[in-house]
Amino acid sequence: MNLDDLADLAKQYRAVDQQVTREIRVCVAASCQSSGAGPVQDALVTALGTELPDCKVKGVGCMGLCSAGPLVAVAAPDECLEEATLYRDVTPADADDIIGTLDGAPLERLHCPTNQPFFARQRKIVLEHAGLIDPDSFKGYVAVGGYAGLIRALSEMTPSDVLREVTTSGLRGRGGGGYPTGLKWSTVAKMPAEQKYVICNADEGDPGAFMDRAILESDPHRVIEGMAIAAYAIGANKAFVYVRAEYPLAVERLHTAIRKAKRSGFLGNKIADTQFNLEVEVRLGAGAFVCGEETALMASIEGLRGQPRPRPPYPAESGLWGRPTLINNVETFANIAPIIREGGDWFAAIGTERSKGTKVFALAGTITNTGLIEVPMGTSLRDIIEVIGGGIPGGKAFKAVQTGGPSGGCIPSQHLDIGVDYDSLKTLGTMMGSGGMIVMDETSSMVDVARYFMEFCMTESCGKCIPCRTGTQQMHSILDRLAKSQGTRADLLLLEELCEVVQATSLCGLGQTAPNPVLSTMRYFRDEYEAKLSDA
Amino acid sequence: MSLQQARPPLPSDDKRWKLVNATMRRNGYAGHALIETLHSVQDAFGFLDEASLRFVAASLDLPMSKVFGVATFYHLFTLKPKGRHACVVCTGTACYIKGAGALVERLHERYDILPGETTSDDRLSLLTARCVGACGLAPAIVVDGDVLGKLDSESLIAKLEELN
Repeated sequence: MNLDDLADLAKQYRAVDQQVTREIRVCVAASCQSSGAGPVQDALVTALGTELPDCKVKGVGCMGLCSAGPLVAVAAPDECLEEATLYRDVTPADADDIIGTLDGAPLERLHCPTNQPFFARQRKIVLEHAGLIDPDSFKGYVAVGGYAGLIRALSEMTPSDVLREVTTSGLRGRGGGGYPTGLKWSTVAKMPAEQKYVICNADEGDPGAFMDRAILESDPHRVIEGMAIAAYAIGANKAFVYVRAEYPLAVERLHTAIRKAKRSGFLGNKIADTQFNLEVEVRLGAGAFVCGEETALMASIEGLRGQPRPRPPYPAESGLWGRPTLINNVETFANIAPIIREGGDWFAAIGTERSKGTKVFALAGTITNTGLIEVPMGTSLRDIIEVIGGGIPGGKAFKAVQTGGPSGGCIPSQHLDIGVDYDSLKTLGTMMGSGGMIVMDETSSMVDVARYFMEFCMTESCGKCIPCRTGTQQMHSILDRLAKSQGTRADLLLLEELCEVVQATSLCGLGQTAPNPVLSTMRYFRDEYEAKLSDA
Repeated sequence: MSLQQARPPLPSDDKRWKLVNATMRRNGYAGHALIETLHSVQDAFGFLDEASLRFVAASLDLPMSKVFGVATFYHLFTLKPKGRHACVVCTGTACYIKGAGALVERLHERYDILPGETTSDDRLSLLTARCVGACGLAPAIVVDGDVLGKLDSESLIAKLEELN
């Protein structure tokens, strides 16, 4: 199969729905589902009946503005979200009204303007199909140009061409570390082993982060396509997706997508009539945050306790069952298909000097527009929070934004104008992490926030190395005393010392970064700690 | 002669054991299928008891210590039966900022159970979760699988009282 054959196939799939001129798109991702999108979809199907054959109700992925869910968009099949008529907070009782106004002016009562900055200021690469296509439909994905990256790689490029393209793109790992993806792939590709593995890390454990879940629920084929391109480039024929068991919808959609891709010859043996074979298997996590760490994740796939081991050897050399293994996160794989399709130079033109492309962020906390956004690297925090996020509700003042989950830190208002990329966040004492952003207003106590994250790290510590196991407990008990205004100045000094020791001596990322929330709140909000001292 | 031990008989004629067995068979009774198998036991029976752990250990030819180690390492696995109803309070960051802690305290006051515990009449289990991913609905509660959002403690208790 070559690109022309794929284009024919896409045309054929589009022709099936030729008579449809309007789509009523209902979000079927988890957030809208939990606010009742299922019954809304049923009500719309009932209300539509069979009288309008040119109109179709379709379940689609995440449209981003989760706080206004369930969301319903009315649009022509080729129209994007910004061109659609979007309705918010829809209930089943609204179905008749929505169907009734299909031909007229939008229903004012539920209308959610799509020219507002939340939609207009985004740039979508990873989420290009989220909210447009039916995540359970293989044909839907191919119809919008899906699998063109894979077919281009297989039919026109050698594995080293693929590696070169990914290296040119400047893509860096989206799981948090920001390791150059091209370099990682090339290292695994160079290994002479017969058997290699590709792993997709979908163990999104950061509380307050839901980017990977939304990608898997909205566009699962994109992740599979990225993994297949990676497997071709490094010479692997077996891949795993390690996904949290807490995401049942994402797991189900992944299973469906893998089954359909396999049935259509895009996975399995002799993919697209070439010599390339790939089996993809889904493995469920069982609720251990540490399994986001790559060596712990591999232990878990092997059926063991998810405990990390020292590196080197790195997984690229000796990973799953001792074989060379490539591990990337969901969002990293989701960037691959467009890079191969459009070229590495195209991707490298987006973003900042050292951080290319876009980043998906999950906005949550005390912010008006809670949801999922994608912006070019380098977009300022102020733009993200005040313009796209709509600022703080209820007339309260902004205090801090927390990025990077339990491994990250809090950024105060004086640094809001900084452009977000891997390096700028590091200089502020926090990190990109996987992309969760929790906004806090003046009512949040920073000591309390630090205690919250330390409690998280304490309970999630796997217990293998002493600095993390004992250090997080000791730091938590000091923070607990401080939060209850029972701490002393000596406690504060001891806490600082502990932070340094745990950071320097822990075995894996969990322990090494556990002190970050404490250090960053101490750096920017020291007065709050001082105010709580009992011997002040 | 094969070194493989004979597979143990099913612990009882409960049909659910066949589901568990199917999971192990699909994975060729390989040791690395342990976590998958424990998932399938818990899906079928609601929790992992000693009999099921011993059965899995013998079937996969793993030492009991290893099976017990894995079952207790992962938070999702529980060795205690749950109550008839489960109330899961999300304690992810967004929910925490919006008052999930107060909800847990109020439930403790009302039902005298801490997270992970079940009321003495087996009616209600209180659990906490690390982010159910419904941050837009914070604070999010999952009652018997249904996600309820933006609740204060009094309306949550009213909901729980409605359960029979």
